[in-house]
Amino acid sequence: MADHDTAPGTAKELGAFLERRREQIAQRWADAALFRTVFTVSRDEAVEACKAVLDALADVSRSGRLEDVEAPGFGTVRDQLGRMAAARARAGFTPVQIAGEVAGLREPVTALLRAEFQDDADDERVTACTQALAVLTSTLRLVIMETTVSAGEELIARQRQQLLEVATPVIKLWDGVVAVPLIGTLDSARSQVVMESLLEAIVDQRAAYAILDITGVPTVDSLVAQHLMKTVAAARLMGAECIVSGIRPAIAQTIVQLGIDLGSIITRAGLADALAYALTQQGIVVSARPVTEAGPR
Amino acid sequence: MTGLPAMHPGPGPVPVLALGDVLLVTLQGELHDGAAEQLQHDISRRIASSPVPVTGVVIDLSGVEIIDSFLGRVLAEIAASARLLAARTILAGMRPAVAITLVELGLTLPGLSTALNVEKALSLLGRASSAAPTAHLEEGA
Repeated sequence: MADHDTAPGTAKELGAFLERRREQIAQRWADAALFRTVFTVSRDEAVEACKAVLDALADVSRSGRLEDVEAPGFGTVRDQLGRMAAARARAGFTPVQIAGEVAGLREPVTALLRAEFQDDADDERVTACTQALAVLTSTLRLVIMETTVSAGEELIARQRQQLLEVATPVIKLWDGVVAVPLIGTLDSARSQVVMESLLEAIVDQRAAYAILDITGVPTVDSLVAQHLMKTVAAARLMGAECIVSGIRPAIAQTIVQLGIDLGSIITRAGLADALAYALTQQGIVVSARPVTEAGPR
Repeated sequence: MTGLPAMHPGPGPVPVLALGDVLLVTLQGELHDGAAEQLQHDISRRIASSPVPVTGVVIDLSGVEIIDSFLGRVLAEIAASARLLAARTILAGMRPAVAITLVELGLTLPGLSTALNVEKALSLLGRASSAAPTAHLEEGA
């Protein structure tokens, strides 16, 4: 990367060049897939967008901070670049392909640059300028990637929050019996929410039995088992008995192979079995209505 | 019924009520360490000196906001000494926040029985009038 030490003079020259040829470069870029597919309303719109990016690049060049992703020049177009990258990502392009498209923007500019300096005998100046341009485009690429990634992270954080809010209903199955159907992987944050809402429900419903159904939990490792045991222990302290149900054969094998001791916890294969256990413990018998005479209900 | 002078006046000690063969202790607010130890002594003495054999001790925690590791240990010790005197200890009405804190502290109080409230604790001890588990809908054989 030592070649990238660009003299401030070259950077300024590149900036001046970009400004001078703004119209021509914008016309060429507007035909590139990156701009054409995002700004579909009219070609003029694409050209305007190209010009905005070019102005930003020229601004960065003039400031001499070719390698600086945080250069103030990029600030004005960051939003637009983010939207472009997002549109390409929606169209099914991988980040690598998007990066490739951004790199493709360099070609027309280099061609123009060479054409401009054709008569000039000073080869070194041309090389220096092309190099500066290469640095500038790779920085532009970085800026776009950064915008894409941070937008993705925001999305993930928001969805994680939504998942926390949505995925922990506590259901009253019977008088004194509540159940939580757990769906998805249990991490510390989620198991905390589950524990709190379950304990609140135990108080509200005066429930003597709480069923944790893990049918929707894809895998149980030692951490998940620990969370389960904590929840069971807390429910027991409240005076409710906790039953873990919905243990699939594969999960039962995993638990045994990991050597996790769930011996202190009442487990049942399915939610129905757990409910049956809770009812039996309370002395409730659910039976079919006798055929001959009208039953109790 | 046994109006023994074990109930000390003043803010510190916790009153221990006798309901037939069950001792009922209601903890309120914060219990400082001295009062907790005092309670431990009181309960053992009351069990030992009671004219009726005490079969159970119910500790009502519904008014307790915080249980620290010390109080947790005292509760376990109360249960252990009561068991030596042939009485069963039941913690009743623990709040969710307290339960979570105890679990996070690793104090799961394995030797102790728990109940949702005093009523359930009494029925656990077979003490309540309708001691048999009440079936709400259909009751079977």
